Amino acid sequence: MSFENFGVVSFTTETKASDFLGYLEKGKVMATRCRRCGTNYFPPRMDCPKCVGSDVEWFEIKGNGRLVTYTVVNYGPTGFEEDAPYTLGIADFDGVRVFGRLSKGLKESDIKPGMGVKVLPAKLPGGRIGYEFQKV
Amino acid sequence: MQDVAIVGVGQSIFSRKCGVSIGELCFEAYTEAMEGLDITNSDIDASIICSAPEYDKQRSPAGLISEYLRLTPKPSFYIETVCSSSSTGLRVGWSLIKAGLHRVVAVVGFQKMSDLTSREAAERMSRGGDIIWESPFGITMPAGYAMYARAHMAKYGTTEEQLAKIRVKNSHYGAANPKATYRKELSLDDILGSEVITSPLKKFDCCANADGASCIIIASGDIAKRVTNIPIWIMGLGAATDTMTMSGRESLTGLRCAQEAARQAYEMAGVGPEDIDVAEVHDCFTIAELMAYEDLGFAKAGEGTELIDGKETYVDGKKPVNVDGGLLSKGHPIGATGGSQIRTIINQLRGQAGEIQVQGAEIGLVHNIGGVGQYGNVTILRR
Repeated sequence: MSFENFGVVSFTTETKASDFLGYLEKGKVMATRCRRCGTNYFPPRMDCPKCVGSDVEWFEIKGNGRLVTYTVVNYGPTGFEEDAPYTLGIADFDGVRVFGRLSKGLKESDIKPGMGVKVLPAKLPGGRIGYEFQKV
Repeated sequence: MQDVAIVGVGQSIFSRKCGVSIGELCFEAYTEAMEGLDITNSDIDASIICSAPEYDKQRSPAGLISEYLRLTPKPSFYIETVCSSSSTGLRVGWSLIKAGLHRVVAVVGFQKMSDLTSREAAERMSRGGDIIWESPFGITMPAGYAMYARAHMAKYGTTEEQLAKIRVKNSHYGAANPKATYRKELSLDDILGSEVITSPLKKFDCCANADGASCIIIASGDIAKRVTNIPIWIMGLGAATDTMTMSGRESLTGLRCAQEAARQAYEMAGVGPEDIDVAEVHDCFTIAELMAYEDLGFAKAGEGTELIDGKETYVDGKKPVNVDGGLLSKGHPIGATGGSQIRTIINQLRGQAGEIQVQGAEIGLVHNIGGVGQYGNVTILRR
């Protein structure tokens, strides 16, 4: 699995962090942490600009986070026309902030900043894969 | 070292479809900027051309624009920070003069959004986020600002009606601006009843793409005093950035790049928010103007709504903001926008702003943001 299949539309495929997709397939949403200075990264990255090194390890974003904000997008850009409306949001998992989609099943009236969410891989049409926030 | 002044400003009419070439569009702005100045194009030592390249059909537009304005064989080059490109151009021009390399510099911003079909524009829009990690989810510019709006509402109790009041104000002034794309007054009901683009932002909370150009002529102090009766001095320049990823933002209720740029600009100018007589802020969305009130220190965090509720940002209020209609009325030709904001403030400080003149304005501020709070520029000008 490569980044060609990540999200609804992918724009580029090559990154040293492509193991992210393999973890997604196995049901895990992962971030990285610098082994030297302990800085956490999401989106995951294999390089640490803080200590200018590349000694990082993967860790899973587990448990409940808190939804920081969201928006229901009614007009998607090219490639997303059929997909709208969809809901984008940012959630905080113990200081690791993740941007992504909220589960399609959630109505706007059910969504409130501050509510508890978890983040899980999500199968998308056409054999694609992403992740989504689910209300807990 | 020499002080640096703005001696000339101009902008084209902003419109949905200009029907002319980018060279012709820039010429319209250049003509207004050169009006009444005791210099000719051969006195301009360099030109800085600003736009957002993904919307340009012309490759390397600096070559074409410098030829059309007959600024060859002097140096010309291109500067980009998306929507704040021409403020960044001003910053670079200032430093070229301050360093003594040049004495007079033209900063020309433009965008001809109508060169692209709406489908092509939507395709560009999809690549405005981090293309590996965020664009695959369908992030857009309005969606980015909408997430700030939702977070602001959640934290401070800001309402959709308060956001709409900003558009009411800006549409009121836009109606009187002969160079604005939208010249219709909008009521609170018009705005609140318009379709939801990306919740909580509705159609009239958003500015629209436009065609347009702007031009700023800057000069070293000795030349400035010679070529114009009313040089306007560049007192403070602040510039900062924030992450491209939305997940990297530490705050979602204010723009860190604007707060930092403002801090730098106030410090350099030796003034504070209380000293600003008139301001132009980057109201690409209503929430953006509200956050600007707070990020610039015109109000405390969470209290920007008091300014609009009390009509304090109208011409006769405590802190007039966007009294030319703002981006919401003028339209947003990306590379030209910062220059247009600067033009409005220059006209205010010269006392030549006509109906929207803020009486006795001496110190003005321009807040110009690129992307969803990625690039921030704050400029403080003084008569």
